[in-house]
Amino acid sequence: MEITLKVNRREVSADVEPRTLLVHLLRERLRLTGTHVGCETGYCGACTVHVNGTAVKSCTMLAVQADGADITTIEGLASNGDLHPVQEGFWERHGLQCGYCTPGMIMSAVALLDANSNPSEDEIRHGLEGNLCRCTGYHNIVRAVEYAGAKMRGEEPPPPDWEVSA
Amino acid sequence: MFPRQFDYVAPTSLDEALQALADNPNAKVMSGGMSLIPLMKLRLFSPQLVVDIGRIPGLDGISDDGDHIAVGALVRHAQTASDPLVAANAAALAQAAAWTGDAQVRNRGTTCGALAHADIAADQPAGALACGATMVARSASGSREIAAADFFVDTLTSALNDDEILVEVRLPKAGAGEGSAYDKLGRRGGHSDYAVAGAAAWVRKANGTVAEARVALTGVGSKPTLAPAVAAAIVGTDGSADAVVAAAEHALEGVTVLEDLYGSEEYKAHLAKVYARRALTSALDAV
Repeated sequence: MEITLKVNRREVSADVEPRTLLVHLLRERLRLTGTHVGCETGYCGACTVHVNGTAVKSCTMLAVQADGADITTIEGLASNGDLHPVQEGFWERHGLQCGYCTPGMIMSAVALLDANSNPSEDEIRHGLEGNLCRCTGYHNIVRAVEYAGAKMRGEEPPPPDWEVSA
Repeated sequence: MFPRQFDYVAPTSLDEALQALADNPNAKVMSGGMSLIPLMKLRLFSPQLVVDIGRIPGLDGISDDGDHIAVGALVRHAQTASDPLVAANAAALAQAAAWTGDAQVRNRGTTCGALAHADIAADQPAGALACGATMVARSASGSREIAAADFFVDTLTSALNDDEILVEVRLPKAGAGEGSAYDKLGRRGGHSDYAVAGAAAWVRKANGTVAEARVALTGVGSKPTLAPAVAAAIVGTDGSADAVVAAAEHALEGVTVLEDLYGSEEYKAHLAKVYARRALTSALDAV
């Protein structure tokens, strides 16, 4: 089936089988390999992208369902070489270890902050329930999102944990 | 991991979708796909034709239809969870929707899809049962209404025929003295993920007495089910903490308890009583 969609502000067309998953269209046809395939069962969230502005798991969506949709992947977040505040937050607050879950985590975190510009730690943890980090690096992921939230509100981010004396 | 080959249509009218189902006995309806696509990827289920109803206009709204609130076939969990009409009239369903899956699942999956899927561990079937919902099923040959109490037939089996689409769920308008609530133990603790077990409760109080009640359990047996003995035991009482504790002890009467990967029979039986009590307590508090 012939589909046309917008991916990272660029219009693309592709001829896909009905069973082609959105994540496979992105990775194998469009070569946007920043979106990862993790569990394949809809649990881990490594494949999270934005479809028409909301976070979805691209391994649990058919490419044909995305016909006409506006998709943003991790590759579409930075603009003119400047990292998105959430990307910067993961960098500054060591929000990743192996990095496998990171693209999905970041896409979920961006959607979370779009919906709630000043989330509590509890809201961040619940908002990221659909993303698993097998390094169990959740603590610094939450700090990274807090950093990004502060930046996006025009505030000074809280200092990193390692600079705060116990 | 991807599904076996299948044909796909995305009709832009309900009539076209119903005709596709009528013409193809091995067709399956898809709305958000949050339950269907994982099953197809695991190849536990391989329909010949997927009828994607996601592009049919007019099915994605929640409306006040006089004596009931209508939730359309394409209303997503996130929408059910945050809608003021649902919150005011069917709080148990709103809470169940808010605790369904995770943020990404709630952005795609639909309330009607979750009901039609009839998963034993899903949240919203219990909410629909407790709130006394009515399902509206359409086929090419007509429309019928199915009471929630008659809708959940068995494991992953609803009363829908293969050629029918659940086009709407109707929630009775809340009147004076009514309240409802849902509570659960999620598989990952707290309220996250599918329910290990959970309960929804709806009550109507009049003159300081519980006049009517419905309690529904999820995750406990082979299907989401009413627990009629709990409701019978709370009716006629003042709804005090002691009355709730006594009523919840009846949670397993007429209910089949089955163990699964997430709990033994004994544990599920215990949780059924705990969550019947918690849901009833919250529903009475909400009056």
